[in-house]
Amino acid sequence: MRDLLLFTISCILLNNILLIQYLGNCPFLGTSKRMETATGMAMAVVFVLVLAGVMTWLTRKYILVPFNLVYLQTIVFILVIAALVQFVEMFLRKSIPVLYSGLGIYLPLITTNCAVLGVCLINVNEDYDFLQMLVSSFAYPVGFGLALILFAGVRERILLARVPKPLQDTAIGLITAGLLSLTFFAFKGMV
Amino acid sequence: MAKTIVQEFTKGLWKEIPPFRLVLGLCPTLALTKSVENGVGMGFALTFVLVCSNILIAALRKVIPPKVRIACFIIIVATFVIIVELMMQAYTYSLYEKMGIFIPLIVVNCIPLGRAEAFAYKNGIIRSILDGLGMGIGYTLSLGSLALIRETIGTGSLVGAIPFLFSYNFTNIFGEAYQPFSFMVEAPGAFVCLGLMLCVMNMLGKK
Repeated sequence: MRDLLLFTISCILLNNILLIQYLGNCPFLGTSKRMETATGMAMAVVFVLVLAGVMTWLTRKYILVPFNLVYLQTIVFILVIAALVQFVEMFLRKSIPVLYSGLGIYLPLITTNCAVLGVCLINVNEDYDFLQMLVSSFAYPVGFGLALILFAGVRERILLARVPKPLQDTAIGLITAGLLSLTFFAFKGMV
Repeated sequence: MAKTIVQEFTKGLWKEIPPFRLVLGLCPTLALTKSVENGVGMGFALTFVLVCSNILIAALRKVIPPKVRIACFIIIVATFVIIVELMMQAYTYSLYEKMGIFIPLIVVNCIPLGRAEAFAYKNGIIRSILDGLGMGIGYTLSLGSLALIRETIGTGSLVGAIPFLFSYNFTNIFGEAYQPFSFMVEAPGAFVCLGLMLCVMNMLGKK
């Protein structure tokens, strides 16, 4: 139990998927201009990644390994994720319209979010068992959401500041992300 | 405003150079520029995938129905990514180990998909090859130059090999007394360095 708790913390803070492992940077810069979009994206990623983590892990264990198809892993995983995202979208639109109106527009973007495929690949590359896989598929996107929301907060403030012309937009965003990443670095050595 | 064939090639080298002008494919840009070897290796792998997927998509553009085109693009790109992955395992294993998870992640690196959607689906094969080649070389150059800055300042030396071409070994570029500025090879340095490079590019572009 203690191990799993430490593992959760290390996934969220120490090995933060965005700022330390550099995955999922396109939506990080793309959706962080407003707090609302950042929150929506963060929630959608958590929601989809837990499902995608379970699905890809099961697919690998019960389909790819027994049939000796591990070399097709990349293509199978991306198809599973794409199909899952599509399915989740349809399901939400039909059954939970409230959630759909919040997450809807972010769902299609998630297929090409490298954090999702990245975490699924980390899960199988590190040979996690089912419980560890479940924890990592939940904790990594929580770390993603944490970083994204923090960053969106900073970025909303930058809008009010006067930024030199060549630095505007993405450039200042990247430098801010660097400083944020530095603070996450301070967690090193905690566990 | 039809572009000449030469322009299709050269636009990837400066005017629309990824990842600076087209802010796509940032994850490997940040993660694999710790050393020149990784950066250039990534650039080569991406160039191969990009050129091959552009050829196939341009050739099949009349066959692929518009409604399911994104799914088709993803499968085509993923196929070539698997080919690259297996080839790197066979021929450049040490580089494969270093690049690790970022090779399969070329699938969701937005550049091949973006070029497929924006270019190869609308243009002929020859133009698509040139577009892919230009973008790929542009990406390799950006990653290489970013890695050059980070590795030189961060470790004080340049050691490695460009796959299939040559190896190099320069140690202590700034002399014995230089203390490596290790911030540059860690995650925060990657973000800051890329941000500053983008700023310099903007300044040069505005002239």
